[in-house]
Amino acid sequence: MSVFLDPFQYEFMRKALLGCLLVGFTNGYLSGFIVLRRHALLADGLSHSLLPGLAVGAIFFSLNPVGLFLGALVAALLVVLGGKMITHSSRLKDDTSIGALYIAAFALGIILLKFAPVRVDLSHFLFGNVLGMANGDLWITYALSFFIVLVLTVFHRQLLLALFDPVVASSMGLSVAWLDYLLIGMMVMAMIASLQAVGAVMSIGLLILPAATIYLLSDSYDMMVWGGAFLGMVSAVAGLLLSYWVNLPSGPAIVMVLSAVFVAAYLFGPRYGVINRLLNNRRAKRATPPAPDQTGVDLPPAIS
Amino acid sequence: MSGHHLTIHNVTVSYQHVPAILNIDADLRCGRCVGLLGPNGAGKSTLLKAIAGLVPLQSGEIQLHGHEPRRTRSIAYLPQRGLIDWDFPITVRGMVAMGRFPDLGGWRGFEKRDGEIVGEALAVTHLAPLANRQINALSGGQQQRAFLARAYAQQSHVCLLDEPFAGLDANSQKDLREILRGMAAQGKLLLVSHHDLASVPELFDDVLMLNRELVAFGTVAEAFTPANIARTYSTAPLAPAFP
Repeated sequence: MSVFLDPFQYEFMRKALLGCLLVGFTNGYLSGFIVLRRHALLADGLSHSLLPGLAVGAIFFSLNPVGLFLGALVAALLVVLGGKMITHSSRLKDDTSIGALYIAAFALGIILLKFAPVRVDLSHFLFGNVLGMANGDLWITYALSFFIVLVLTVFHRQLLLALFDPVVASSMGLSVAWLDYLLIGMMVMAMIASLQAVGAVMSIGLLILPAATIYLLSDSYDMMVWGGAFLGMVSAVAGLLLSYWVNLPSGPAIVMVLSAVFVAAYLFGPRYGVINRLLNNRRAKRATPPAPDQTGVDLPPAIS
Repeated sequence: MSGHHLTIHNVTVSYQHVPAILNIDADLRCGRCVGLLGPNGAGKSTLLKAIAGLVPLQSGEIQLHGHEPRRTRSIAYLPQRGLIDWDFPITVRGMVAMGRFPDLGGWRGFEKRDGEIVGEALAVTHLAPLANRQINALSGGQQQRAFLARAYAQQSHVCLLDEPFAGLDANSQKDLREILRGMAAQGKLLLVSHHDLASVPELFDDVLMLNRELVAFGTVAEAFTPANIARTYSTAPLAPAFP
């Protein structure tokens, strides 16, 4: 058997593969919206704010995935809505109010975990363990992925308009604020769907890097969304295999694969890559003729 | 067409209890290109936003053809160019196609008819040769035309333009002026905020002069008089370019 197929003779690897495909696709698809909405840092903050909800879920429902899911969802929504409330009722701006709340929530989460009746490893929530995916986790991931992709597909026109031109979107009768909450809600769900596979914090890699990479390579919105989904999926599987071969933790291995592709796009991208742009600038400089002497010839005006 | 009106009746809009525009009354006829003039802070943008439904009216009403306008369709708002991220990954055609979205809703597919409307919008605004370009490759004048094309694709009856001529060179300005004229000739109403007084007579049919309150409204010949200009800009120095 080939080195690629060998790992999948084990059931835990087959489940891990399915988890990676699902999580990679969903998060990668969503990443296009997050990058264009410039919500990357908000996503980072939210991933930490899941923790107190997970801790409360663990205290009351032990490690039942549904309990953890509900706890995480409520915690993230409280941080987002609380942050917005502070922004509206004080002079602070969104970044500060949500930044302040999420770190408070994170600290609270670490403290609450001490009271969980079962022994819970903090790093498990933050960095995941795709090799330990149980059927219940897979079902949750399945259901959430389906829901997220469905919602984003149904609202894709409204979201596109609101991302590109929010003022005109609201003049066309769309509620831009509502669409923003919808997107944030999908972000939180994607993090929860990724919890077991790559963990809340590592899921940020899958929620940002795929579309960020495609944005450096392509000028197409569809490519950002679907290409992001494809890249997320392929990288997640590549990371899984890497972690199997070299015996690395799987979540970080997936993020490292994505980061490598991202750096390659940043350096070598044909159009927006830095190396090509430097070379083009140099070529353009060399091709520029020396300043014309005073022959009295007027150049035609540039055509707009 | 000439029977169609956009009626602004006794409209006041306030921000945090300070009125930005006060008791505005005007009856704009469709098929005209109307210049909206006034100093900075006179409420030009506020009036445009009020008509577009982007800010709530404190009092008064705005009617199109005698009814509450269906803003999603019949009124298009064109923001200032600087408010858009022109690095957004979309082509000119893709941007113009967004004008069809209010009609399409979430489910209906983009049909042949929608494609034809987009093609027409691109042709009217002289953008057809640039349709497959990225929007970040457009010049300022082309960006403004792309906005107009999107409004055209929306098949709106009224277009509200916020400072479209700002920062355009003479050629682009002329091009945009001709397109606006063409759209007015089709019976559309164009309300255009503008600050360069010297170019008013060549650009507009009517002027609406504003300094928080309405100073004057009428054809360029009637309303664009030195006395009205002095009253409109009473707190700001007159533009030296005025003939």
